[in-house]
Amino acid sequence: MSPLAATFRRDFALMWGAGGGAMAPLGFFLGAATLVPLAMGPEHALLVAAGPPLVWIAAALAVLATLERLFQADLEDGSLDQFLLSPAPLEMIVLTKGAALWCAIGLPIALAGAPVAIALQAPLELVPAIVMSLGLGMAGFIGVGLVGAAVTAGVKRGGVLISLIVLPFFAPPIIFGSAVAGGAGFGPAFLILAGCGLAYSALGPIAAAAALRLQVE
Amino acid sequence: MLSVFANPARFMQLSGWAAPLFAVLALVLFAVGVPWALIYSPADYQQGETVRIMYVHVPAAWWSLAIYGFMGVASFVGVVWRHALADVAARAAAPIGATFAGLCLITGSLWGAPTWGTWWEWDGRLTSMLVLFIIYLGYIALWNAVEDEEKAARLAAILCLVGLINLPIVHFSVVWWSTLHQPASVFRPGGSAIDPAMMGPLFAMAFAYMALFGALLLTNMRAAINRRRVEAARMRGANAA
Repeated sequence: MSPLAATFRRDFALMWGAGGGAMAPLGFFLGAATLVPLAMGPEHALLVAAGPPLVWIAAALAVLATLERLFQADLEDGSLDQFLLSPAPLEMIVLTKGAALWCAIGLPIALAGAPVAIALQAPLELVPAIVMSLGLGMAGFIGVGLVGAAVTAGVKRGGVLISLIVLPFFAPPIIFGSAVAGGAGFGPAFLILAGCGLAYSALGPIAAAAALRLQVE
Repeated sequence: MLSVFANPARFMQLSGWAAPLFAVLALVLFAVGVPWALIYSPADYQQGETVRIMYVHVPAAWWSLAIYGFMGVASFVGVVWRHALADVAARAAAPIGATFAGLCLITGSLWGAPTWGTWWEWDGRLTSMLVLFIIYLGYIALWNAVEDEEKAARLAAILCLVGLINLPIVHFSVVWWSTLHQPASVFRPGGSAIDPAMMGPLFAMAFAYMALFGALLLTNMRAAINRRRVEAARMRGANAA
């Protein structure tokens, strides 16, 4: 098996298998989304006006919650040294880990975005755009998240630190994703979001790999 | 050219008189700029005396952005050439930039209350300044969280460069977002042209901030280098004993 396929299988199995698998981040996503109407009040008119974009807050928080151990565990058990010895470039391995994370939590959350957005009173015709934009946005969140997780891999209890580092960079996907969910649908906002998501997931692994090389020095 | 400044001994020698020079320059410029801006410059025909907040607010905004750019350059030099002083410079600049960004946000809020009628407006420039402030906080927190200083410098430099690439994207998206959501009434179109009588004090204050940044930066860097020397001397003492 090629090193990249092996990395994907290992990471996907770890994320899917650990602590209830994809159910844990998915449950977190649903829980965070449930807090939205609790905070805003259940009035129908208010939710119709402002509810659907808040699915993005829940999605962003669900990604943040998975980042802390992403590279820390690899650093502690020596997997990171193996990655460096592998014939595959570290950037590709990091990208593969990101892809595994996207398959394990990004895709389930994007799909769960449909019922959640409907519950937050999104009109039905917007739902396909919301699901697809969530999928792309999750790729962007994960791309930035890789950098945050890589620079803090050596820090004990770095969870809050990762959030502080990563949150400002979540602004563009949140802005354009919320515009999609708020009624823009497949418009320019969707295209810019797609650009952001793809650019972040392409560039993030390069910066993350540079940081990881320092972590094992 | 770079290697000339890579020598800490030469830097200490040079900054030994440059830091006080910048401090004196800052004092003189503030002594000219503050009374000029707060007393002798004209009041705005629409905003009245509150326009004087601008002389504190705008230079803080300019320099908080410029300092992040400076940190980006220093980080790049640190990553590419392993330039030890560049790391020290980037770290020393961060708290100053964060303070300027914070000052910009606070004075902006104080300015907004009488002119816009609100303490905070989710306007594009305010929001991206807030994001910049949070990026500064993350950068400083990362420096403090990583124990090995050498490693912290490299990691913080990577983060700083990622932030540098991201800042225009964040700024662009925030501006797009705010123009979409906001009525354009807050900023009067065409009202931004500044009277020449206000340019003098504004630039005096901007240069005063620059001199202050120079003095604080060099002092911070000297403190960092001296701290390192004290630690090295203590290690030598411990080994000898």
